[in-house]
Amino acid sequence: MAATRFRIWRQDGAEGEGGYRDYTTDVTEGMVVLDAVHQIQAESANDLAVRWNCKAGKCGSCSAEVNGNPRLMCMTRMSDLPTDRPVTVEPMRAFPVIRDLVCDVSWNYEVKKKIEPFKPRSPDAEDGTWRIAQEDVERVQEFRKCIECFLCQDVCHVLRDHHLHEEFVGPRFFVYNAALEMHPLDTRDRLASLKRDEGIGYCNITKCCTKVCPEHITITDNAIIPLKERVVSEFYDPLKKLFRVFSA
Amino acid sequence: MEQTRYEYDVLVVGAGGAGLRAAIEASAAGASCGVICKSLLGKAHTVMAEGGMAAAIGNVDERDDWKVHLTDTLRGGQYLSNPRMAEIHAREAPARALELEAWGALFDRTKDGRILQRNFGGHRYPRLAHVGDRTGLEMIRTLQDHGIHRGIDFHMEYTVFRLLLDDGRVAGALAYDRERGRFRVYRAKSVVLATGGIGRAFKITSNSWEYTGDGHALAYDAGADLIDMEFVQFHPTGMVWPPSVRGILVTEGVRGEGGILLNSDGERFMFDDIPPLYKDQTADSAEEGWRYVVGDRDARRPPELLTRDHVARCIVDQIKAGKGSPHGGVYLDIAWIKEKIGNSEEHIRKKLPSMYHQFKELAGLDITKERMEVGPTTHYVMGGVRVDAESQMSSVPGLFAAGECAAGLHGANRLGGNSLSDLLVFGKRAGEYAAAFAGEQGDVRLDEASVDAAVREALAPLEREGGEGPYQIQYALQDLMQEKVGIVRIESELEEAIEEIGRLSDRARTASAPGNREYNPGWHAALDLHPLLVVSEAVARAGLMRRESRGAQFRDDYPRKDERFGKVIIRVARGVDGEMVVEEIPVEPMSDELTKLVEEMG
Repeated sequence: MAATRFRIWRQDGAEGEGGYRDYTTDVTEGMVVLDAVHQIQAESANDLAVRWNCKAGKCGSCSAEVNGNPRLMCMTRMSDLPTDRPVTVEPMRAFPVIRDLVCDVSWNYEVKKKIEPFKPRSPDAEDGTWRIAQEDVERVQEFRKCIECFLCQDVCHVLRDHHLHEEFVGPRFFVYNAALEMHPLDTRDRLASLKRDEGIGYCNITKCCTKVCPEHITITDNAIIPLKERVVSEFYDPLKKLFRVFSA
Repeated sequence: MEQTRYEYDVLVVGAGGAGLRAAIEASAAGASCGVICKSLLGKAHTVMAEGGMAAAIGNVDERDDWKVHLTDTLRGGQYLSNPRMAEIHAREAPARALELEAWGALFDRTKDGRILQRNFGGHRYPRLAHVGDRTGLEMIRTLQDHGIHRGIDFHMEYTVFRLLLDDGRVAGALAYDRERGRFRVYRAKSVVLATGGIGRAFKITSNSWEYTGDGHALAYDAGADLIDMEFVQFHPTGMVWPPSVRGILVTEGVRGEGGILLNSDGERFMFDDIPPLYKDQTADSAEEGWRYVVGDRDARRPPELLTRDHVARCIVDQIKAGKGSPHGGVYLDIAWIKEKIGNSEEHIRKKLPSMYHQFKELAGLDITKERMEVGPTTHYVMGGVRVDAESQMSSVPGLFAAGECAAGLHGANRLGGNSLSDLLVFGKRAGEYAAAFAGEQGDVRLDEASVDAAVREALAPLEREGGEGPYQIQYALQDLMQEKVGIVRIESELEEAIEEIGRLSDRARTASAPGNREYNPGWHAALDLHPLLVVSEAVARAGLMRRESRGAQFRDDYPRKDERFGKVIIRVARGVDGEMVVEEIPVEPMSDELTKLVEEMG
């Protein structure tokens, strides 16, 4: 491969007016988008802001939109992108831009704080340990793989287009809830808050989040739908409803 | 110049495993606590740890206990470890692992539902609690999700530029905000450094950009001692191809699950060179090695699971002898186990999911079918801040250090799996003792003049015009360290390196980083140069003084161990005129009880 064209979003501060700027850099074998962005930064845009860390798909820092698709830049190989037009790189659009490709994801950290933390049952053995079957560990492993890249949040139309950040926690935190609710030791019940405070009802299962997850977590089918079902059977089951009326 | 001010009893610098564990403990002791992290919370380097956490729980082999773990650690460290630290670590690691489970971590299980433990280099019994090959993520997420409910303040994307002192005692820190370039002044009665390592001083490394030796340099500048800096661990298996991923770690877990190393002739070369210290513990044949992998308790470890320093050198020897792979590594083969087990592809994907993923996505290679190409990568520094074994306090009152930026536990070479346990055991202790120190000691006063001076110094690269760019200096340093202070060292090259580091330090002082203060990576790179240069000089000078080969240090001009150097460690500190002073000091003595134990355990 040789000289490749890029269109990179540049924006000076949250209030600044943003726009694409064109760059060209040489792409060599095996390069990922993050390598190209770093190369551009070193060659012709020293002050180009990009957030990254492990460069191995494990930390979830370098989330961005590459040719319009939410991706980890470190796991997007240049050889998988078309070369007949410039490669577009821009920040995640569901969050405010701080500068260039870096956006303010602090909302996610605030949301997580509000979710009921893990509380284990009493230990199973006298030495204070638990006995857990491997299959129960594996059931929640999928959710615990999440690297908090927030690409699922970026693509979710409830956040991206409707900006319901106050009423809806987004796919990442349904996965977090699922990890807690299906944790073999956890004793808490988060169904009321899922319905009331976290807006799980807003999700209309378009599965956009599942498509972009770099960890291949089946977010919609394995996390959101089971949680929705639990909420439904808790709050909309006619027998339970009657029971609540009489016991109130 | 006005800065936002914060006050804490305990300020923790770094939010990986050690920093988070320290903060949780300090906060549990009733101390007010703030944590400064260079990245977003949950992204620190701990997230990349793969293999597991060593703790002698004895779930898989009941012959294991803290005494065996202790002697394994001392042997692995070539008897330069602080023996009391190694003892504390071995005794307390099981409790720290179990506590993590009480906070929500889920480890893989044995058939009867207890925590499963896996084999790893230098550990006599299966000892590593793990979850697939993403144990670090499980650990950091558990600590993070537990920590956010403990009233701890997190300051994300801040970098500490300078520690502030009050009459020789630590009094806080000056940090800058990576997002917007603002300064914050922290006043604190005690400070815990948990900043990790120095891998970015080298060209080929498994470490992320954060690993610029910040804690090492902050402590050094504040007057604390560093020790063991010559011991930099080159992990034997990093990716070598394609070029852009060179250095990314390939977990030792691949070998723990039966992976073997081959040269270009297809020879399993690790059988050819087994150090005397490990002769009795190492398999004689491929057949015995495989029996060990599948849990035969009478079998001994395959030679691929010898300590990292040794395996890395054997790989370098193969490459030098012209028996390397096409891209300058050797082959690591896990696919071969299909000869031994029926469902090998599924087994590999399940046991090593992120390795499967990593090679598939970054190299277009299926590890269940093909051999990987691997070579050594800078991975870990055994050296760091010299601390008291019990409290983790440095020689500066109120300044504590834990995890990779502290030294003492690992001696000349760290065993795989002993890092995650180190983070928890000594993170907890640092938090506990830092809180106690803050409670016992009076208030500290900040010297405003030195705060202002530090701010001006930090802004200098932005304001300086026409200077050299910081990246060129950083690249030159990384090339230099890789070439002259790497796996194989020799006096003349170490001396050249020290001189060149001096010249690079001069260049760094006049570097300029144009642009503004908001998320300006050039400015951050300029400020990272000082810590990188300090740690690089310390590594080179300590390596020069240790005229022997031991553990991670290999000297071509002194290729053997020297008994005299087995009794000393190298201390690095800042002299009165700001020059780096390097000297030999005696190793920490072993108690009679421990000496007896080591003799008994063999």
